[in-house]
Amino acid sequence: MSAPASVRTGASTGQPLLRVEDLSVVFQRKREAATRAVDGVSFSVSPGQTLGLVGESGCGKSVTSLAIMGLLPKRGVQVSGRVLFEDRNLLELSDGELRDLRGAEIAMIFQDPLSALNPVIPIGIQVTEVLSRHRGMKGDVANAEAIDLLDRVGIPDPKRRLTEYAHQLSGGMRQRALIAMALACKPRLLIADEPTTALDVTIQAQILELLRELVVGSDTALVLITHDLGVVAGLCDTVHVMYAGRIIENAERREIFYRGRHPYTGGLLGSIPRLDAVRGEALHPIRGSARDAIPWSEGCAFAPRCDHVEDDCIGQPPSLSTIAGGHHLRCLHPLDRLPETEILETTG
Amino acid sequence: MALSTAKRERIDSLAALASGRTGEVGVSLTKSAFRRLRRNPIAIVGAVLVAIFILVAIFAPLLAPKDPRFFYLFDEVRPNFIPGGREGFPLGVDRLGRDELSRLIYGSRQSLLIGVVSTIIGVVAGMAVGLIAGGFGGKVDTVVMRFVDILLSIPGLLMAITVSLILGFNLYSIMIAIAVTQIPIFARLLRGSMLSQRDSDFVLAARSLGVRRQKIVFSHVLPNSLSPVIVQATLSLATAIIEAAALSFLGLGPADRGNPEWGAMLADAQDFLTVRPELAFYPCICIVVAALGFTLLGESLREALDPKFRR
Repeated sequence: MSAPASVRTGASTGQPLLRVEDLSVVFQRKREAATRAVDGVSFSVSPGQTLGLVGESGCGKSVTSLAIMGLLPKRGVQVSGRVLFEDRNLLELSDGELRDLRGAEIAMIFQDPLSALNPVIPIGIQVTEVLSRHRGMKGDVANAEAIDLLDRVGIPDPKRRLTEYAHQLSGGMRQRALIAMALACKPRLLIADEPTTALDVTIQAQILELLRELVVGSDTALVLITHDLGVVAGLCDTVHVMYAGRIIENAERREIFYRGRHPYTGGLLGSIPRLDAVRGEALHPIRGSARDAIPWSEGCAFAPRCDHVEDDCIGQPPSLSTIAGGHHLRCLHPLDRLPETEILETTG
Repeated sequence: MALSTAKRERIDSLAALASGRTGEVGVSLTKSAFRRLRRNPIAIVGAVLVAIFILVAIFAPLLAPKDPRFFYLFDEVRPNFIPGGREGFPLGVDRLGRDELSRLIYGSRQSLLIGVVSTIIGVVAGMAVGLIAGGFGGKVDTVVMRFVDILLSIPGLLMAITVSLILGFNLYSIMIAIAVTQIPIFARLLRGSMLSQRDSDFVLAARSLGVRRQKIVFSHVLPNSLSPVIVQATLSLATAIIEAAALSFLGLGPADRGNPEWGAMLADAQDFLTVRPELAFYPCICIVVAALGFTLLGESLREALDPKFRR
């Protein structure tokens, strides 16, 4: 069985909706060395397209998303580059302009639905809050719309849920409620920051299915941030793999899974536990941890953990080069081909 | 083999029953906190003490056997002698021959009034200050909180004495004096609690949906920051009652000494400590029991509202 080239029915090749150009985020504290969390990241996503941002903890995925949303604290953080939403640079907008945009045009889904919901006010108020903020709905009209929204995200008995509190909902329902809030104003760009990480596997599948139904079928552009390649395989059109704040490889989904060339991409794919593995066979982790990265200015950040490292990997940073149409790679000694993988067929 | 229709219906009805039973609608944290409170014996004791105190204060005219201001046995009082308890005066009389029991009962009114009003003033003013500091943050926060720190460094009783001296000897000046000592406590508490909520995920989520700052402060940050304030308010009632008694013991109470007040009664009983020590003992017991009731209630409220005990 082969998956279609694009999982998106609404995928269009027109003008990109969001263009991130050379985005860098530097955290600087007094009397401490600056930390470069995001380092020259560029990508673009068109209406109806899903872009996957993949990498392990601490590689700058979430900081990238917060920078796009303008939610990073102002003190001690320097954001440079451009984030173009249509023709407006989000980094140059005033707080007020950004607030009008957030929730209406751009929305975000968070990782942990329990902590992202206010524990002391009912779900209904949190949903209607968005409706009254951006769509001017009040009272019964807002309530009716909220019920409709909760119903659309598959929450049973939505009328009753309106009066309930976050701790009374199950994990899956909380995430559904958050998705309802994010989709309340039909945003054109949705950023999902690890939307399934805090959920168990069956609920994960349901939430992904819901995202596929509500977002993928529409004209909404989706930026999906995850460390789970299974999620990427199921939803994304293009995949950007990040490491230590930089994009190290990007390509269309099938290209990454079948012809990914970066040793880190290979490592991520190889480390997925497989059901058909020989009994007793060890897992294949990537050596070390993300903290072992060396600064990009000294060479390839992945070098300390790479099995294919050679002398010229240290000294100067590898640049992002094009190896095929739409396939870019930041590596001097790429893999020939990836280890055999069937992840597309099993989860797509 | 297919399921028979009868069995299928049975399964459906059982499932419907089960889904109908799952939890009631909208149990708020306040409600579930009260539920936990009801199961705690310490809370019950505290609540009963507080309830008795409040009921006595409200129904004092019905409960008191005599007029608390009338000098019944004035003729029998000597400079070194006060008659003890007798028929009609179970706890005896004070140094002006007034019925001790009736004065104790009426005294609860003054204590409750001062305690409640001064705590309300303290909570409202303190929360306003804390809200300004916690809501605006930055420079406003720094300036306001340094000022609060200065207030906090002055001992409470000393401050209360100073304020009541400035404002004069009446009921309102006592209330304000006690309230002033509580303002910095509540301001600090609310501000600290708001700061810890400001970086929480749900505030970030609300910001990501474009919710305005004012709305975030009032509908997200503030409601989540209230529980320590509620607990402290209950505990402050006890402190306020003790401080009110202390102020009038020191002669800083309302100028009208005819109105019974526990602290003033204690001060009056001092001169007769060798003859009638029980006259000092009774108001003490009243002060301690009232304060204990609020403290027990406050402590168990803290436990009930503690997130560690939440489901």
